[in-house]
Amino acid sequence: MSKAGEQVLVEPERYEFRALPMHQFALERRDFCKLLGAGLAVFAVAKDLSAKQETAPGPHGFHNEELPKEIGAWLHIGEDGMVTGFAGKAEIGQNVRTTLAQTIADELGVPIEDVRMILGDTALTPFDAGTFGSRSTPTITPQLRKVAAAARNLLLEKASKQWNVPGEKLVAGDGKITDPASGRSLQFAELAREDDVGHKTPGEEHIKPAPQWTIAGKPIPKVDARAFVTGNHRYSTDLRPEGLLYGKVLRPPSFGATLISYDDSAAKAMPDVVLVRDGDFVGAAAPTVSAAERALTALRLQWKEVPQISDKEIFTYLKKNALPSREDRFRQTKGSVAEGLASASKKLETTYTVAYIAHAPLEPRAAVAQWTEGKLTVWMGTQRPFAVRDDLADIFHVAEKNVRVIVPDTGSAYGGKHTSDAGLEAARLARAAAGRPVKLVWTREEEFTWAYFRPAGVIEVKSGIAADGKLTAWEFHNYHSGMSAIETPYEVANQYTKYHQVPLVLRSGSYRGLAATANHFARETQMDTLAQMASIDPLEFRLKNLSNARITAVLEAGAKAFGWPRQKSGESQGFGVAAGYEKGSYVATFAEISVDRKAGVVLVKKLVEAFECGAIVNPDGLRNQVVGAMIQGLGGALFEAIQFQNGRITNAHFSSYRVPRFRDVPEIEVILLDREDLPSAGAGETPIMAIAPAIGNAFYDATKVRLTSLPLQPERHLAG
Amino acid sequence: MAAGIELVINGKRYAVNFPPDTPLLYVLRDELGLTGTKYGCGEGMCGSCTVLIGGSARRSCQINVGAAASRPITTIEGLEKEGTLHPVQQAFLDAGAFQCAYCTSGMIMSSVSLLQSNPHPSAEQIFQALQGNICRCGSHPRIVEAVQQAAGKMQERAK
Repeated sequence: MSKAGEQVLVEPERYEFRALPMHQFALERRDFCKLLGAGLAVFAVAKDLSAKQETAPGPHGFHNEELPKEIGAWLHIGEDGMVTGFAGKAEIGQNVRTTLAQTIADELGVPIEDVRMILGDTALTPFDAGTFGSRSTPTITPQLRKVAAAARNLLLEKASKQWNVPGEKLVAGDGKITDPASGRSLQFAELAREDDVGHKTPGEEHIKPAPQWTIAGKPIPKVDARAFVTGNHRYSTDLRPEGLLYGKVLRPPSFGATLISYDDSAAKAMPDVVLVRDGDFVGAAAPTVSAAERALTALRLQWKEVPQISDKEIFTYLKKNALPSREDRFRQTKGSVAEGLASASKKLETTYTVAYIAHAPLEPRAAVAQWTEGKLTVWMGTQRPFAVRDDLADIFHVAEKNVRVIVPDTGSAYGGKHTSDAGLEAARLARAAAGRPVKLVWTREEEFTWAYFRPAGVIEVKSGIAADGKLTAWEFHNYHSGMSAIETPYEVANQYTKYHQVPLVLRSGSYRGLAATANHFARETQMDTLAQMASIDPLEFRLKNLSNARITAVLEAGAKAFGWPRQKSGESQGFGVAAGYEKGSYVATFAEISVDRKAGVVLVKKLVEAFECGAIVNPDGLRNQVVGAMIQGLGGALFEAIQFQNGRITNAHFSSYRVPRFRDVPEIEVILLDREDLPSAGAGETPIMAIAPAIGNAFYDATKVRLTSLPLQPERHLAG
Repeated sequence: MAAGIELVINGKRYAVNFPPDTPLLYVLRDELGLTGTKYGCGEGMCGSCTVLIGGSARRSCQINVGAAASRPITTIEGLEKEGTLHPVQQAFLDAGAFQCAYCTSGMIMSSVSLLQSNPHPSAEQIFQALQGNICRCGSHPRIVEAVQQAAGKMQERAK
């Protein structure tokens, strides 16, 4: 393999975010026509979307990734009346296939059953930077609305000409244009047929505001749900193209190890095995997984290992190894913290730590790769099909147009499927397999070891309050874990916030909500302690220091549902609250816990969460995402932590890395605030971020013990 | 050594040639194309690969194909009868009890097994039966709701 390829495969520090390609891949129109047949095609490009993406730190620096200057969207109305929408997004369980179909059906005026979405296919869909950062709803939804509005207007124009009736007197809906005066109507399919595959670029289309939605805003079930309860849906891991070989990659014994001797004489003698050694990459492909494994076992290898940082020393290491930074984007300053602290009646300084955690998507990283006449096709569960395509093109020295990446609806990701690894590995093996497709499915142990983690971090907070409970000073340092939601939403005249980069220890990257969870944990725990120091109710203390009406609204809605302030029914009970906002959505979480000191058991009994993300596109799907984020958040809050020693992950199994299971799930209540007057924001991430501090604060309420590390592991802090 | 093994899966007979110590999961998925049964950990810790063997829920990654040969096997593909979903499948669909749905096959198979042995499970008994099945998306409350709905429907049908 090329040098560049080796770097990608062996360099554990590689971070998935990077500069975007300088140009866009455009679907060749003849491919498009071949795919869909005759009908009406509408194409849109938005030139002015400049929303910034949030990223986490990496070796190339901490940067805001720019969205491409042009994001396209396509829509096709076929002669059979079927409407096809195209978007480069990946369906990873967040229900984007349904919400995008709803959006098109709503704006165009067709039943949802007549809309199908083609997603995440680099040969068929417009360029897309990736499915992350809660960006699908705020960016692609308006795009598809514009394109659907353009299509609707085109159909109105055609009917208007045909009937010689002004367009504004006609109505589009239910798949047809109707003339209410005469009662006549024309199906979209009939109108589309007249046009011999033309295309129209939308101008400034008027799109329906949320109060006029008829299909969007409704609890439409997942569009292809039946395929999932019958086992018929094919994830990447399920694909079995003709002639398939199964791949296995030989992993080094520890991070940073290099191969110093290689003897494949025994393995080479095995029949039907394709062996590949390329730098430190060693893998095999064979007709069965076990045959590929046997071949790898027969290799005689020696590795040179290098000492690595272990979990015991990680926080000291992160603090000591922060890189000096002169860059302004890491820092926010307002007023003078020194003055604010000097004028404070009470001061509080706390250090918080956050462990590495794993995404552990139930479908492991996997890919199927096939080379045909110099062209490469890769099927892969990834959040970034276009980035994977670019990586493949770079590494194998083929033109981008000769690489196609297809994303079957994927068995979850949570920010964990940004990198190209499984696709590169499968493609490297397939390259040696004489045209036969190769499937590579990472084992659970590989998942827990060779993927990447939510970064660990150290957070230091200095704060002061006046006698009336108003914040006077706030200084906040985040080492390594990231900048998401690093700025306090509370009103403080004197602030200093800084993000400190640290070179990666374990390979780290995105995770649902990024550092918003870590930063909220530190901030909302600190706020809770300050409230206690001020002898003010924690909810009241927050409201007193807030002027952000949307946070106030979720706090008040959550408090009402939870019944805050609540009377304790016994010593063993504790109540906690935490709130905040990120990525345009707002959350307040209330927790009730019970503590059994004798048995050493801490139980989360109830969680109430109020959430607001602008106009709700699908309340049922949203509720599923919010509840899901809350349950996933329980793991990172209470017990999830990657353990590592000298370059090895020591709990790389579900038996030793605990994730939330049925018994961990408390009673959950979700209050969704629908703001039809506001644009829809993404909702997959923010609902996770206030869970940990709400539980930690409830633990304090029950025990007067303050927990400052994630995971909280509250049982370890029960005295006696 | 590879040996001829006869399996009865979803009422059909299959002759497979695999070493008897091969986990059933790989035979189902890679040899027979019954990919509705999922690989999640290969260690019996996540429940994604759950099938029914002789009517009871078993982790197909933990049972050898040789040991599975003597009893009838049901996979997710075998639940639907003549286009009609099993009540548990229908209940999962009605409750929207999934997000990425990768765990769904295993959840459904574990639930079918539970309802066969206990037609009226309490919430606690459902937790107990599904504790070995991981859902990373956090659809647990809806899954419990789906199992309860299915129990109700199956009870009605039995009357």
